Amino acid sequence: MFHRESGVFKTTYGADMALYPLPIAKWTVVALAALFVVIIPLAVHEYYLSILNLIFIAIVGALGLNILVGYTGQISIGHGAFMSVGAYTAANLAVRLDLPFWITLPAGGLMAALIGVIVGMPSLRIKGLYLAIATLAGQLIIEWTINHVPAISGGAQASIEVDRPSLFGFSFNTQGHLYFFLLFFAVLAIVATLNLVRSRIGRAFVAVRDQDIAAEIIGINIYRYKLLAFAISSFYAGVCGVLYTYYFGIANYEQFQLIVSIDYLAMIIIGGLGSILGAIFGAVFVTLLPIAIRWTMESFGDLLFSQAAVRNLIPNLRLILFGVLIIVFLVVEPEGLNRLWRNIRNYFRVWPFAY
Amino acid sequence: MKKNPASVAALVFSSGLLLGGSGSGWAQKEVVIGLLCDRTGPTQTVGVNLCPGYHDYISLVNSKGGVEGYKVRAVEIDHEFKVPQAMEAYERHKKEGAVLIGIYGTPHTQALTQKLTEDKIPGTSPGFGTSAAADGNKYPYIFPIAASYWSQAAVGVKFAKTQLAGSLKGKKIAYLYYDNPAGREPLPILEDLAGLEGFQLKTFAVPPPGVEMGAQVLDIAQRYRADFVLTHLFGRAPSVSIKELKRIGYPLKKVVGMVWGASEADIEAAGGFAVAEGYNAMQFAGVGSDYPVLNEIRDMYKKQGKEAPKEMVNSVLYNRGVLIAAVHTEAVRNALKAKPGGPITGADVKLGFEKIKGFTLGGLVPPLEITVNDHEGGGWVQIFTVKGGKFVKATEWDKAYGDVLAKHIKAAK
Repeated sequence: MFHRESGVFKTTYGADMALYPLPIAKWTVVALAALFVVIIPLAVHEYYLSILNLIFIAIVGALGLNILVGYTGQISIGHGAFMSVGAYTAANLAVRLDLPFWITLPAGGLMAALIGVIVGMPSLRIKGLYLAIATLAGQLIIEWTINHVPAISGGAQASIEVDRPSLFGFSFNTQGHLYFFLLFFAVLAIVATLNLVRSRIGRAFVAVRDQDIAAEIIGINIYRYKLLAFAISSFYAGVCGVLYTYYFGIANYEQFQLIVSIDYLAMIIIGGLGSILGAIFGAVFVTLLPIAIRWTMESFGDLLFSQAAVRNLIPNLRLILFGVLIIVFLVVEPEGLNRLWRNIRNYFRVWPFAY
Repeated sequence: MKKNPASVAALVFSSGLLLGGSGSGWAQKEVVIGLLCDRTGPTQTVGVNLCPGYHDYISLVNSKGGVEGYKVRAVEIDHEFKVPQAMEAYERHKKEGAVLIGIYGTPHTQALTQKLTEDKIPGTSPGFGTSAAADGNKYPYIFPIAASYWSQAAVGVKFAKTQLAGSLKGKKIAYLYYDNPAGREPLPILEDLAGLEGFQLKTFAVPPPGVEMGAQVLDIAQRYRADFVLTHLFGRAPSVSIKELKRIGYPLKKVVGMVWGASEADIEAAGGFAVAEGYNAMQFAGVGSDYPVLNEIRDMYKKQGKEAPKEMVNSVLYNRGVLIAAVHTEAVRNALKAKPGGPITGADVKLGFEKIKGFTLGGLVPPLEITVNDHEGGGWVQIFTVKGGKFVKATEWDKAYGDVLAKHIKAAK
């Protein structure tokens, strides 16, 4: 991840596909694991853990969307709705049948996958912007359905309160506990995606994205793989929705409206389409940027403006800066943060003997 | 005020001195309150007027020496009406040591309920949130402190009854609402009251974002021919409803809007007070600018050589901010009185809330009485009518159908 050999020395396909291209990569992963599992939870205030928790949830959702949009090339504006499907499935199972999270979580994912396949059906016939509109319709229909069917929404308020997840009698009820809960699923999602994209399925996705007719000619059943991409992506979204549900202690469809779908699209576009590290970068960036801007304004805004003006300014400036930074990043590097990161790494690959 | 580099440097220097000189002693004598605002999201018209009112009252309290010797520090964070942002903001408040959270927004209230209860920090949801949270036993750390949607709907029906000569038997009432959970919340109450009072109820949903309701209004006025209309709308929707009802020729004096369709900004956006003449609106804080506390705030600004804040003109929302701040301060005061020496915790402030009684701030606050069982404080609203270019009081502080509401609060899970 952080280290590279100084040239291309791979001689076999096996070496090219390896998760750890160099021995040092293995040690990097071990170091990262130690950092996230031991050092951060011990050294950091609960508030920062809560930010990390939001990032972990966002990573799961962004990875899922990246599989669909980045790897398979099918645009979806319905990601938020799939999250709500997962959230309500899990909440209903948890409250009505009193099931534990290790059943409700996959169940929420599977239900979202099922709905995702249905919403993804139009992708068999249409592409690009047309597909975007079809998934937008999916988003609105799912929102409306949850809002108006009490059997799903649990009553007029369309919200279902859920208890904290618990395992063997241990309840994850503080930010510190939830940190480990969410870290586990974020890591699981990352590892699963890493393996998915280097498998036959992942390569088929990329083939469909790059040229679907060519993919069909070389023997890829594009209908199957398009629907599979929708199913897998929605599964991630559903899991992400379940994680939100357990994190907030409530399933509420207002948490998963159209704007959320747009936010997730922003994450993967800023981070870099079609890369796992990109989805992670995007999730981190979109979650942290508003916080960082606010922090800066609070620290230095008082020097230039009155207190009341700062209060009015922070939120608005945050929106403006957010937009400006996204534009700047995309102008500087249209392929996202991941490409920026690769450029930096490539520069240091032969440093200081660059030619 | 213009700033030049020299004065900025002086400011940095002096603030550094202040922090260095009296940092520790000052920090102990401080109570932190977390405030969530929406100044940029879909309901930003509320936030930009309500939150300044909150801060002005807190400044007033501090300028008079604080609460029982403690300074109050209100930390405002804007959440853009997004739930994850609200959660992050809450954790930030907790880190700052907040003993009380002023929540804003129904989904955010619901998302924070479990956390607040676990952390034993009281949160207030004035005029929104879950109506069932009035029950202090089920929701120990949620304080609606103002009329919930259920209480508002009940008063709306009572108002219709008085306007229609004391009986609703056989009358037709239309409920025009924003099609989201908050908009649908009063439905069970209205259905019950329809049976009780013998009126016919028909509901008209307005899909988000609520700026198109020509068909619904036409239906209300010409096909259903409602005798009275109760509206429950948010954001831009209230002004659109007033405009549309006016255009179709429906008498606005037979319309009553619930609390989030009741501000001067809504009337202005509908075309001004002349257009909205006769429209009735529910208020959970006093309206207008002749309350003693508002004069004190103006005096405070005058002493500092500044103009009174422009947000004050929007008295409905500004006064609500003042009300929320005042009730918060009162709860903190009660908590500090009960525990004069030591620092207070969220649990102390909860008990402080439950002692609030007979605190009216010269009429700006209703006769609140918050108890262990009733966190809503009675569920009082006033109805104001648009008359001659301003809001004129139509009823005193009022509540209605307490038994029906109690039944529903009890039945809620």
